[in-house]
Amino acid sequence: MSEFIQHTINGLSLGSIYALVALGYTMVFGVLQLINFAHGDLFMMGAFIGFYFIRLIHFFFGHDSSSLSSPSGVLFSMTVIVVSMLGTALLGMVMERLAYRPLRKSPRINLLITAIGVSLFLEYGGQLLFGASPEFFPTILSKQAIALPGGVILDSTQVLIFSTAVVLMLLLHFLVFKTQFGRSMRAISHSLEHASLIGINVNKVIMITFMISSALAGAAGVMYSISYPKIDPLMGLLPGLKAFVAAVLGGIGNIKGALLGATLLGLAETYVAGYISSSYRDALAFLVLIVVLLLRPSGILGSKKIEKV
Amino acid sequence: MKVKVNKLTIKDLSVNYGNVDALKSIDLQLPPSQIVALIGANGAGKTTTLKAVSGFLDFKGTIHHNGKNIRGKAPHELVANGLIHCPEGRGIFPNLTVYENLQLGVSGRQEALQCFKENLDHALELFPRLKQRLQQMAGTLSGGEQQMLALSRSLIAMPDVLLLDEPSLGLAPQIVKLIFEIIVKINKESKVSVLLVEQNAKQALKISDYAYVLEAGVVSLHGKAAHLLEDDRVRKIYLGEGEVTRTSRN
Ligand SMILES: Nc1ncnc2c1ncn2[C@@H]1O[C@H](COP(=O)(O)OP(=O)(O)O)[C@@H](O)[C@H]1O
Ligand SMILES: [Mg+2]
Repeated sequence: MSEFIQHTINGLSLGSIYALVALGYTMVFGVLQLINFAHGDLFMMGAFIGFYFIRLIHFFFGHDSSSLSSPSGVLFSMTVIVVSMLGTALLGMVMERLAYRPLRKSPRINLLITAIGVSLFLEYGGQLLFGASPEFFPTILSKQAIALPGGVILDSTQVLIFSTAVVLMLLLHFLVFKTQFGRSMRAISHSLEHASLIGINVNKVIMITFMISSALAGAAGVMYSISYPKIDPLMGLLPGLKAFVAAVLGGIGNIKGALLGATLLGLAETYVAGYISSSYRDALAFLVLIVVLLLRPSGILGSKKIEKV
Repeated sequence: MKVKVNKLTIKDLSVNYGNVDALKSIDLQLPPSQIVALIGANGAGKTTTLKAVSGFLDFKGTIHHNGKNIRGKAPHELVANGLIHCPEGRGIFPNLTVYENLQLGVSGRQEALQCFKENLDHALELFPRLKQRLQQMAGTLSGGEQQMLALSRSLIAMPDVLLLDEPSLGLAPQIVKLIFEIIVKINKESKVSVLLVEQNAKQALKISDYAYVLEAGVVSLHGKAAHLLEDDRVRKIYLGEGEVTRTSRN
């Protein structure tokens, strides 16, 4: 039983990282009907921005390993996450402005091919810039075991990841459902033409949507690297793909769906790794994708109407 | 003496979709505080005219709003200047609540944002049926209620010029009557100038000051609405009275 609880906690933590990335896929799809294939690469960029920021801080202020434990370790981790988010938001803005906006009136397929191009550009540009061999993401938060009754051991980094993700999602929820920006975004996802007809500055809203979804991917990149510290320019591929599967599983374009899909996928992956074999964990996402596309292509919470791309 | 500037002045307007000429050099004026009707059969180019005015289409010719050329302005910039377009099929957002739809009415309109509460109350006074439905998803409203919502949202934007595209389309006769009454009320009380596109020519002419008849992208006739109501050609083609006379003779 305690093993099950342990797996569940790990699964939720992994699921929360997938959720942050999946939310980005779903929001961009909502406003542009575009699967942004470069989204996983923003996750990678987030990890590298965090990596270089930590290097910079260590260079100027020295590396004091006693400061890793909380609360200063937590504070520093938060700072790294915020810096990565700002960096990826900026990158997302440039990406939208240069690659996607000029194609707003072209057929969907052009946009899709451009997205693949942007993804390749970031991956191979990343190899050029950061080098192709993996880097080790510095430990910024020491792992502390928190013993719970019943023999369940909580890993402090996982608690941090999960709670940060929850806070970000709550902020996003507020933004999407309680602000004029969020209303405008949802209006655009119904009809871009009608949204601009009533006075919504659609270019601005789409740009901000890109920035927010990129920032969430950047945060996820850092959080992932805290748990799995080996980082390289192609590291965004698999988590990006899994988050995409999570978004499709929940119903692409649907925010609650992305949360649900990511949580389910995170849990399923951890259970499969824990109870069957960890070599199946990556295959699971693809199995899920195939099953969803066969049985319910609109996803669990998605509407019946699906866009053919 | 101050010269009265027209709210809208359309000169020599032509629009084509690929090789389809939807509008061929039309002229139209909307004087301040008037209701001007634009009537014509399906496919005559009425919606195209409105879309050109609200910045959605490339066009030849000139369109002035309050004496300012609108060429090159984005739709949201025109809305910011008070040119409010209530589109064919209502253009509400079914995935948002009624209240959220109304909140979006102030998009890009600074002055409307400041007076949201008053304008909301005023709109709900005109359409009390919306009051109980504020938290409902707009997609669950009936057709008539959706049109009420679309009109309310336009009012919340505090229009200087209101472009209405077939507000009576698909509605029951009592609702049509109500909608037309409200259009007159908006025009009289708030001095909003209205360009009213309608297929329901008789009703539209009754409440309008002036009217234009569009046929296959050309203005075939224009004049005081009261005169057009008496015009034989208009009666025959658009008011269906020619048909009635013929059958009654048989
Ligand atoms: N997006 C479009 N592409 C091609 N042709 C169009 C388009 N929209 C309208 N048209 C054509 O332009 C003409 C005028 O259409 P429209 O302005 O919608 O007419 P109305 O509103 O008077 O019914 C019609 O012949 C219609 O088929
Ligand atoms: Mg029309």
